Amino acid sequence: MTAMVKAEGVHKSYGAAHILKGIDLEVAPREVFCLIGPSGSGKSTFLRCINHLEKINGGKLYVDGDLVGYRQKGDKLYELKDSEVAAQRRDIGMVFQRFNLFPHMTAIENVMEAPVMVKGESKAVARERAIRLLDRVGLGDKGNNYPSMLSGGQQQRVAIARALAMEPKLMLFDEPTSALDPELVGDVLDVMRDLAESGMTMIVVTHEMGFAREVGDNLVFMDGGVVVESGHPREVLGNPQHDRTKAFLSKVL
Amino acid sequence: MTDKLDKASGPADTPPAGSTPHEPIRAIPVRHYGRWISAVVILALVVALGYAFSQGNVRWATVPEKLFDGSIIKGLFNTIWISVASMAVGLVLGVVFAVMRLSKNPVTSTIAWFYIWLFRGTPVYVQLLIWFNLALIFPVLNLGFYKDEMTQVMTPFLAALLGLGLNEGAYMAEIVRAGIQSVDEGQTEASHALGMTQTQTMRRVVLPQAMRVIVPPTGNEFINMLKTSSLVVAVQYYDLLRAAQDIASTSFAVMEMFFVASIWYLALTSVFSVGQYYLERYYARGALRTLPPTPWQKVKANLSRFSNRKAVA
Repeated sequence: MTAMVKAEGVHKSYGAAHILKGIDLEVAPREVFCLIGPSGSGKSTFLRCINHLEKINGGKLYVDGDLVGYRQKGDKLYELKDSEVAAQRRDIGMVFQRFNLFPHMTAIENVMEAPVMVKGESKAVARERAIRLLDRVGLGDKGNNYPSMLSGGQQQRVAIARALAMEPKLMLFDEPTSALDPELVGDVLDVMRDLAESGMTMIVVTHEMGFAREVGDNLVFMDGGVVVESGHPREVLGNPQHDRTKAFLSKVL
Repeated sequence: MTDKLDKASGPADTPPAGSTPHEPIRAIPVRHYGRWISAVVILALVVALGYAFSQGNVRWATVPEKLFDGSIIKGLFNTIWISVASMAVGLVLGVVFAVMRLSKNPVTSTIAWFYIWLFRGTPVYVQLLIWFNLALIFPVLNLGFYKDEMTQVMTPFLAALLGLGLNEGAYMAEIVRAGIQSVDEGQTEASHALGMTQTQTMRRVVLPQAMRVIVPPTGNEFINMLKTSSLVVAVQYYDLLRAAQDIASTSFAVMEMFFVASIWYLALTSVFSVGQYYLERYYARGALRTLPPTPWQKVKANLSRFSNRKAVA
């Protein structure tokens, strides 16, 4: 079985700042893969490389067997055109820390936008799915609200529905609960747990250790742009082997 | 806000549990003598100015007489037409050049930079004259499928449209660019992450949000355009000012005709200001929790507050 995501020695730097210093990992289909680590460790950057929001400077990154952002012919790499990159991203859903809902569209319109524009779906079909997805994330009655009229937790759930509308094979979560008030975190995590149970492949950058322990199939601790430790969440969180992991966990647990 | 105030002074209001009943404060308000004095001084100045105008070499009866004169109305419609047409040209060019200016492609961004530099850096009056006299450089216009004398092609209308429109485009490009750059980067990222292309992202996500920043200065530009269009007199275009000047030169009612033109310009800009208000309100949806009231709603609210106050007193 091909890995859903495979990273081979991925490097990324912004000018002189070397953010990722050779990341190797594999995410199997239907797996919930958690990335933890201190801020500045490169976990969000790595996540953004997977759907080519950031260009990598070295190594190789595959999603479902396809090279991200490039085409390989023989041993030469060719950059993909903007439209080809856009096509690659269709199958990868992403949820952002700050939701990034489109503020000039209602919740339903947010969810309908990509299927209509990208897949050329009819509005009727897209609307029907949008209503079903909003229902699934517990916001069936909020479809006509603009994002500014929704709480943070509600906005994030709309954002999840928006990503699911493209029927992705992989979902990326970039600290989805970090911008939320504590009492709103639970609702979002419930939706994510439900999604994990439905068999979605998920890569989750998170500080929610409880969620990682309960739902995660695999966990990676990153620090300073490298993978320090990886394994089953219960193993890594319960019995960390590296000093850096121990130090980090003692602060957050 | 007014609602809250009304509720606080309303006699039927029951205080929430836990709060103690209170006696409203009855204090003597601060007296503003300065306001009274300055109002009187300004009023006196206005009266003096009005008197000077009434004593001047002006036949006031001419103003209402000529206000709806056939040629004035024709000039008025030409002014509206050239302003709207030039603004439309300016808007389209503005969006195109703003997007080009922000493009990753160095050729397009340089072209846009050069266009803005050239047309913003020279007086619109000079640009109008250059278009009008283009026949001195290109005596014959030859497009292959179409060939004619330039003096035949470059009518006063076309010279006015090119002069005003291309100049406006340069200003609009800067306004649109500021609008595009005001949209949060996360919006572009979210749109790209959904698989939308650059063009779709610009059209569906970025520009609609940029409109909130673009519309107010654009309204300003249009009001400016209504007035700047009077420069087309230079290219023989028959606009409102030209019509007024024509009558003035034959009837010797010089000031009267300038007043007639000014009244129409004021009327145009006033009507447009109201339209702009509603346009801004439209693009505020989603960005504000509650839309600001329309002028009509404000009037109604003020009236009802007034009657409430009376009832309380």
